[in-house]
Amino acid sequence: MKIWQFIVQNYTQILDLTLEHLWLVLVSTALAVVVGIPVGILITRRPLLNKPVLGIANVIQTIPSLALFGFLLPAPWIGARADRLAILALTLYALLPMIRNTYAGIKGVDHAIIEAGRGMGMTDRQLLWQVELPLSLGVIVAGVRVATVISVGLATIAAAIGAGGLGEFIFRGLAMVNDQVILAGAIPAALMALAADFGLGWLEKRLSPQ
Amino acid sequence: MHDAASPRDLAIEFRDVAYRLDNGRELLHNLDLQVERGETLVLLGRSGSGKTTTLKLINRLLEASEGDVLVEGQPVRSWDVIRLRRKIGYVIQEIGLFPHFTIERNIGLVPQIDNWPPERVHKRVRELLKIVGLDSDLAARYPRELSGGQRQRVGVARALAADPPILLMDEPFGALDPITRAELQREFLNLQQRLQKTVVFVTHDLREALLLGNRIALMETGRLMALLTPEEFVHSSEPIVTAYLEAFGTDLQVRRSH
Repeated sequence: MKIWQFIVQNYTQILDLTLEHLWLVLVSTALAVVVGIPVGILITRRPLLNKPVLGIANVIQTIPSLALFGFLLPAPWIGARADRLAILALTLYALLPMIRNTYAGIKGVDHAIIEAGRGMGMTDRQLLWQVELPLSLGVIVAGVRVATVISVGLATIAAAIGAGGLGEFIFRGLAMVNDQVILAGAIPAALMALAADFGLGWLEKRLSPQ
Repeated sequence: MHDAASPRDLAIEFRDVAYRLDNGRELLHNLDLQVERGETLVLLGRSGSGKTTTLKLINRLLEASEGDVLVEGQPVRSWDVIRLRRKIGYVIQEIGLFPHFTIERNIGLVPQIDNWPPERVHKRVRELLKIVGLDSDLAARYPRELSGGQRQRVGVARALAADPPILLMDEPFGALDPITRAELQREFLNLQQRLQKTVVFVTHDLREALLLGNRIALMETGRLMALLTPEEFVHSSEPIVTAYLEAFGTDLQVRRSH
């Protein structure tokens, strides 16, 4: 098969682009976790913010990715480098699953358990750290899993603005009408998505209360 | 009812308390009620009668819309709510145990958040397991590995952990089979004789109310309908009381009053 030959011949470049791709995904997902979980917690505490925050995150999700890259281009500092731009866009897309799952996870904790904790004199902070977060960890990790898998796919489009990653092969292959080049980008990306899905799925199962 | 000349030693007092939901529906109307120190007061009534609401007003899981609830002579709204709740043990049906904590951590929770040294918490947990009749081997297990009766004992042990003077119990034995339930009721009486806590006990079961209560507060649609000792209750001719007695049959046992 010619595809394997192509991969063997170009493995250093494939490896480079895979690492670049991984970098975009990891940084953006990490940022989405760092921002999304606290925001998700916040809207369980301030019910008034719940609708606007989830609404905004939903709207962002509906913006086509190429258009979002375009919108962000004029932004200072961010717009100066393609990888920053790509990371910001990927972070914005990953926010919705993070916020939504954190919110749903905490809201899903059995009300009787929360009430027992409050009735025994736990402070809001103790309740959050000792009860609500541990019991919703499985759902929150499910959010990370969805966000990561989406990011792996979306990050291929980042090549369109010159941010690198496995999308380079895909766009090049499309331009050359060469399936092998497309597959050289698509196969590692698909494997990455599967690995993330499997690994985080395993973690999710381990962290879910029985 | 209330003797102003020689005020009794009151642990809890409701003064003309009303509770309304945000939509204006009133769940509790003009409740006046005193709970003496060391007594077991049973709130008896069917679902929706306001008994759980009454209970939650004591540890401020709910706030009165009108009137005052006093704990140890002080209005609950002027208490620091965290301190108030740690002085009051709270037992609900078995689902209130933390599923991700071991039995030891469940029981030791209040001492732990009260910053007792770990050694002392550990000792206290062993002591409590013994008090509620559980094997100390259970300490390392999780709630899902215990039977319903064992879980309920854990619930009682947890409420007693920091030795609170007041216990609130919301249908604690409701989900148990009749034999386990009778066993726990007997043990509750023994325990109560030794510990002399002030207990407010919610149930819809008349037999349980007669067996465990020093006094029974009968509630209906958010109103206190009668406040009687078990002895008075079974001999009452008030229609609402007799309706209850008829529903539960004739072979009713009454707690020996003291």
